[in-house]
Amino acid sequence: MMKTLLNRLIQAVLVALMVGMLTFVMARSLPGDMAYRIAAGRYGYDLVDQAAAAKVAAELDLHQSAFTAFSQWIMDLARLDFGVSLISGAPVMEEITQQLGNTLELAIAALLLSLLIGPPLGILAGLRPGGWLDRTLMLISTALRALPQFVVGLGLIILFSLTLNLLPAAGHGQSQHLFLPALTLALGLAAVSNRVARDAMLSVQQTAYYSFGRTKGLSDWQVFTRHGLRNVAVPIITYLGIQFIYLVESVVVVETLFAWPGIGHALVHAVFGRDIPMIQATALMMGLIFVGLNGLVDALCHLVDPRRRAHGSA
Amino acid sequence: MAPLEMALAAQAAPAPRISRRRLIGVAVLVLLLLFAFLPLLVGGTDPLKQSLRFALKGPSLQDWFGFDHLGRSMQARLAAALRLSLGLAFLSVVTAMIPGIVLGVLSAWCGGLVDRVISGLSDAFMALPGLLLVLMLTAIVPDNPAMLYIGISLVLWVEYYRMTRALARPLLASPAVEASRLLGFGPAHILRRHIWPEIGPMILTVGAYGAASAIMAIAALGFVSVGVRPPTPELGAMMIELLPYYEEAPHALLQPILVIFLMVLALQLVGAKDRP
Repeated sequence: MMKTLLNRLIQAVLVALMVGMLTFVMARSLPGDMAYRIAAGRYGYDLVDQAAAAKVAAELDLHQSAFTAFSQWIMDLARLDFGVSLISGAPVMEEITQQLGNTLELAIAALLLSLLIGPPLGILAGLRPGGWLDRTLMLISTALRALPQFVVGLGLIILFSLTLNLLPAAGHGQSQHLFLPALTLALGLAAVSNRVARDAMLSVQQTAYYSFGRTKGLSDWQVFTRHGLRNVAVPIITYLGIQFIYLVESVVVVETLFAWPGIGHALVHAVFGRDIPMIQATALMMGLIFVGLNGLVDALCHLVDPRRRAHGSA
Repeated sequence: MAPLEMALAAQAAPAPRISRRRLIGVAVLVLLLLFAFLPLLVGGTDPLKQSLRFALKGPSLQDWFGFDHLGRSMQARLAAALRLSLGLAFLSVVTAMIPGIVLGVLSAWCGGLVDRVISGLSDAFMALPGLLLVLMLTAIVPDNPAMLYIGISLVLWVEYYRMTRALARPLLASPAVEASRLLGFGPAHILRRHIWPEIGPMILTVGAYGAASAIMAIAALGFVSVGVRPPTPELGAMMIELLPYYEEAPHALLQPILVIFLMVLALQLVGAKDRP
């Protein structure tokens, strides 16, 4: 157990180094004059002149040698000092904490929603493989997996917001704003997790201990809760780890689509505006969230499956 | 990116002959390829040519696909976008495959320090979600499909590496390989007779899933306007361009969606494991 957690820690450091290196290269290889670009971002393209660019360059200390800049870069990163946003001028840390909260809210809502949709349906389908539920689910999940998340999101917007007028298409603040983006993410997650649950249920059902449970007189429900549930849970939880890649990737797109003021939205806008401190901080946060969530999955599997504990201590 | 477990499971039960699913997938892919590349051979309309009097015109007998909001031929634009997506995805998959397989075999063969160094490298790439890496690379040199290509290849090679290493390791330790070695066969023979037959089928599965995720990534970046930029036809960018006109011209918005759906579905069918 300690070993897996240590591995995750090393991974987190690797993420930080990768992000630091990439953003540094990014900063150094910007085409055109950085000062002009930032000035344009701040004052608008029509109002940029040499004086404005020089002011920006002096303010942000843009004339340094590459080596001092890089060492300073990594040191700043290690101290979690992201500096100020090149565009808004506000400290990045402040913006990030705000956005992090929003993203976590969305991600947790999506995850819970997907767990409500995916595994229960998958288990039901796995209990009767080849039945109508199994086949319908198979069809829907195949279709959902072949569609990019933003198309699913678009479909939901067109259906719920524009046709039925039930929910707002974009925005943030009230609870009804959360529903559509969370549902978009959840559908993508559930499209895979219901298949995993179905396969897990099927294989558990075929084991000797499961049929013995039935033979010794337990009811369907008893044998499911005592012998089925935990065994089915392990692959589902393990699979969550893989799903986090999907979640982190789709958060970028889905937040942009629904104008949800989270980290992914900020990252896309930072890439668009060349706001490198923001790119660095948002990418780092997303990478670290990803590694952290995977660590959480490791711990969760450990708790649910006692067999792993036995192997781990041996 | 294509999960290792899924592909491993697909390897566990190799189909004796081509399954029906795979056949459907291949057929759809061939149709899409024809649609994309035929205009190059027989000559088609320019995907950038605007004629505003055709703006948002629906499908007709002469133009089956209609026109977009600037009066550009949807057929030409779809074909060009498909060429971009499929070409970029194919190129990235091939580029990722070669170092992935070579490093995987090397890792399994040498073990020790070599294995640890290469594994460490692949872990570093695994730690960052793929789209994030591609997004950051496109930020370095924006508006350049080459960065998309490099980014996607960098993400995809890890999958090939991990699969090859996982498959080759037990093989190299097996009694069969040991016997070959004792009989005096060299590395070339062992690679050809023992390792290649196991790795060969995996290439298709991992490649198909890899291409599918590459296509999704290209479209996603186009959709959030940080990937390929207009006026270059790209499926994701086309969707965001046509979205404001969905009420007047739903046909125009639906076309790129349908194309990407068919493409990804076909690739998933080609790579899918065969269920009993």
